[in-house]
Amino acid sequence: MSWNDKRIEVWVSFMLRTGVLIAAALVLIGGVLYVAQSHGKPSDYREFHGEPAQYSTLTGAATGVRTLQPRSIIMLGLLILIATPVARVGMCVIGFFFERDRLYVAVSGAVLLILLYSLFFHK
Amino acid sequence: MSELWFCIIIFVTSLGAGLLGALSGLGGGVVIVPLLTIVFHVDIHYAIGASLVSVIATSSGAAAAYVREGFSNIRVGMFLEIATTLGALFGAWLTTKVPTQAIGIVFGAVLLYSAWVSLKAQHEVITQKADALAMKLRLLGQFPTGHGDQAYVAQRVPLGFGMMWMAGVLSGLLGIGSGAVKVIAMDQAMRLPFKVSTTTSNFMIGVTAAASAGLYLHSGYLAPGLVMPVMLGVLGGSLIGSRLLVKAPVRTLKVVFSLLIIAMGIEMIVNSVRRI
Repeated sequence: MSWNDKRIEVWVSFMLRTGVLIAAALVLIGGVLYVAQSHGKPSDYREFHGEPAQYSTLTGAATGVRTLQPRSIIMLGLLILIATPVARVGMCVIGFFFERDRLYVAVSGAVLLILLYSLFFHK
Repeated sequence: MSELWFCIIIFVTSLGAGLLGALSGLGGGVVIVPLLTIVFHVDIHYAIGASLVSVIATSSGAAAAYVREGFSNIRVGMFLEIATTLGALFGAWLTTKVPTQAIGIVFGAVLLYSAWVSLKAQHEVITQKADALAMKLRLLGQFPTGHGDQAYVAQRVPLGFGMMWMAGVLSGLLGIGSGAVKVIAMDQAMRLPFKVSTTTSNFMIGVTAAASAGLYLHSGYLAPGLVMPVMLGVLGGSLIGSRLLVKAPVRTLKVVFSLLIIAMGIEMIVNSVRRI
């Protein structure tokens, strides 16, 4: 049992690290383009307006990336980053399934559903 | 000041926050949010958005190191994540309903509490007593010590679960990892070994934060231009910090950082109360 748990964790940590690396690279590339294309005064974050749909919905971000907008590239990196823990839980569901641990397939499945709910189903 | 300078200053500040967060064991989020709001006058919604993303990056980025040590317990983590993710959803929902001053005051209180916890000497109670609920849920394990493996069984599961829900609420409300509360829930309430608690907590932090991230995204808290320097800075700072941790004089650092955290906590409360 403990060997299998260990194996799940090793896969998971590899995937997490890869996800973070890709995400950080995209954020950096988008960031360099963003700064290079900016002119004049820096953005003002003193008052909260809420980001437009392009940076606050999954479809908006996807559309922006196709046009290679710098902030959309950053957004894509952020979405990949947010997806890493979700994928981690997904891999645990699979790992527990192979261990034939039904209780923990259910437990990790419940956590996965909560995460997917947060990402896709509200408002 | 141009956008470039703004990004550089925010990046360097975040690097410092990540470093401080790793060395003090409090996490980058707890440090960067007060800095962004107090020093740079960033609205707290944008600040917690940028912080939450950094928390995910730090947690996922550090995962490999923790797995290698073999202390974390994925069953304990996964079971308690039901509580933290539900709490986080509620906390993130609260940010859209309560006034910003309320978030600021709670944040200040959490800073003061975290400083107190980090200063207080920790005592470890490990037990192998067969708690019925813990046995049923298989919340047990063993961890390597200098002289063989030490077995443990979780105790007081409902209390730990409840505290984890609270940790989730704070994470979602304040955009932090709330690692301090998670560790207390595991090592004090559930009597898990300290090393198991801290490493399992690190694993849980990313999943908890991901539960609020969806709501933050849809509520427009993630400003790409701000998140970019904050996330890269905090991630870099915490990676450097965890390397330095091995050689650093931890006790002295803890006292210095705690005083800093206390000052920021008071400032956040005073600032928020003044704007009511």
